[in-house]
Amino acid sequence: MKSLAAQNSPFADTAFQLDVLMQPQQQGTAFPMFGQRLLDHGLLPLKPTQISILQINVGKMCNQVCKHCHVDAGPDRKEIMTRETMQLCLDALAQTDIPVVDLTGGAPEMNPYFRWFVEEISKLGRQIIVRCNLTIILANKKYHDLPEFFKQHRVQVVSSLPYFTASRTDTQRGDGVFDKSIKALQMLNAVGYGQEGSGLMLDLVYNPAGSFLPGNQKALEGEFKRRLKQGYDITFNNLFAITNLPISRYLDYLISTGNYEPYMEKLVNAFNPAAAANVMCRNTVSVGWEGSLYDCDFNQMLELPVESRAPRHIRDFHLEALTARNIVINQHCYGCTAGAGSSCGGETVS
Amino acid sequence: MEKTYYNSADLGKFGSISEFQPTLAAKFFDYYGEVFKEGALTEREKALIALAVAHAVQCPYCIDAYTTGSLEKGADEAQMMEAIHVAAAIKGGAALVHGVQMMNKVKEVMM
Repeated sequence: MKSLAAQNSPFADTAFQLDVLMQPQQQGTAFPMFGQRLLDHGLLPLKPTQISILQINVGKMCNQVCKHCHVDAGPDRKEIMTRETMQLCLDALAQTDIPVVDLTGGAPEMNPYFRWFVEEISKLGRQIIVRCNLTIILANKKYHDLPEFFKQHRVQVVSSLPYFTASRTDTQRGDGVFDKSIKALQMLNAVGYGQEGSGLMLDLVYNPAGSFLPGNQKALEGEFKRRLKQGYDITFNNLFAITNLPISRYLDYLISTGNYEPYMEKLVNAFNPAAAANVMCRNTVSVGWEGSLYDCDFNQMLELPVESRAPRHIRDFHLEALTARNIVINQHCYGCTAGAGSSCGGETVS
Repeated sequence: MEKTYYNSADLGKFGSISEFQPTLAAKFFDYYGEVFKEGALTEREKALIALAVAHAVQCPYCIDAYTTGSLEKGADEAQMMEAIHVAAAIKGGAALVHGVQMMNKVKEVMM
C-alpha cells in the first residue's frame, strides 16, 4: 500500500480534508461547529493551561503503512527532521523546564539522528517518550538493540497495538504486523520493560480498527493484559485508548466506506465538556519535521499552525508567548472530546 | 429505495418515544442506562448478552447497536459469534425440548 501522497489522492490535500469536514450532511444540515460547542461551555477561546509536553514529530518515514494513519506515513515518505532542526529543539528545551519530550513520526527510529537526539535530550534530564511502532525493532538488524538503547536512556516506550488478535491488528496495520509486534514486545519485556519494579514503562495504545469509538480504557486494559499474558506471556504497564480522528487516511476510509456521517454523528453526540476542558493541546506544543509549531500532531497533519501572533517556528520558541496563545480548532477536534476524551495519553476524563 | 417497516435511522431516534409519554420513557431510559453499567458483569459481557438476545428477539436495531457496542467494549469476532450460537442453541433447544411434550402426547393417544 502506498501513502495517499504517493497515490496523488485528494485526501493528501489538507484543504480538501478541511473542506470535507465543513460540508453539510447529505440531508442538508451541517454538524454543529466545534467552536460553538466550546463557546457554549465557556471554553472559547481555548487557552493552554501549562505547557508540559513538547511533542516532536521527527519525520513521516515509516516501515508500516497503517490504514488509519493520520500522518499518512510510510516508506515512500521522505520528509524527516534534520539534525539542525533537532538542535533548535534542544535549544528551546534548554531555555525551559518542560519536563516531557514526546518523540513521534512516522517511525521516529528511522531518522538517522534519532539516537543522537535521544542522548542529547537525556542529557537535559527530561522524560522521553518514544512512540515506537514495535515492528521497527525487527525491521533491520541495526534496530535489534533498540530495547537496550531505550533502557539505557529510561525512555518510556508507547506502542500501538490495536488488538490482541492477529486478524484485527493486521487489518489495520498490515500483514504480519501482529506477529512481529508480539516478538518486539517480548524483546522489550526481556530487558525489563513492562516488568514490575523495573521502572521501565511500556504502554500500549489501543485504537479501534473500524468506525467505532473506544470503550472504557480500564476495562480494555484488563482484557489486553489478560489475553497478552495468557497467549504470549507479555506484560505491560498502561493501555491508552485513543479515538481515531477523522483526518487523512482514516477520513479517506470513512468516506469510501460510507461511514463518515454516522461516525461524525457519534463524535458530535458524544461531546463531553469535561473532556473538552482536558484536551491535550492545552499542555502540549507540537513540532513538525521542518520545525514549525502546532497545537497538536493532528493540526500539524492538517497544516494548521499555531495562531499567527504566537511564535511559529522552533527557532523562535518562546514559552510565555505560546502559553498565551489561542489554540486553533476545527471540526476534527470532536475526536478528542467524545466520551471519556482522547489524547496521546489515552482518556482525559476519569 | 424500497420502503420497509424498518429504517436504520430510527435507531438514533429511540429517545423520541418520550414525546408521547415522557414519564415512562424517562424511567425506562434511566433503568436501561443502569443495566448496562459495569456491575457483577463487565460492560463487555453485558454487550455480548445483549447481542445474543438481539438475535433471539430478531431486532435489527438491537443487532446494529450491540454489534458496535460489543466491538467498542473490546469483544472479538469469535466471542460475538459464540454469543449468537448461545442464542441459537437456546432457541433451537426451546423448540426441541417441546419434542418431549409431543412424545408424551403420542404415547397418550397411540395404542
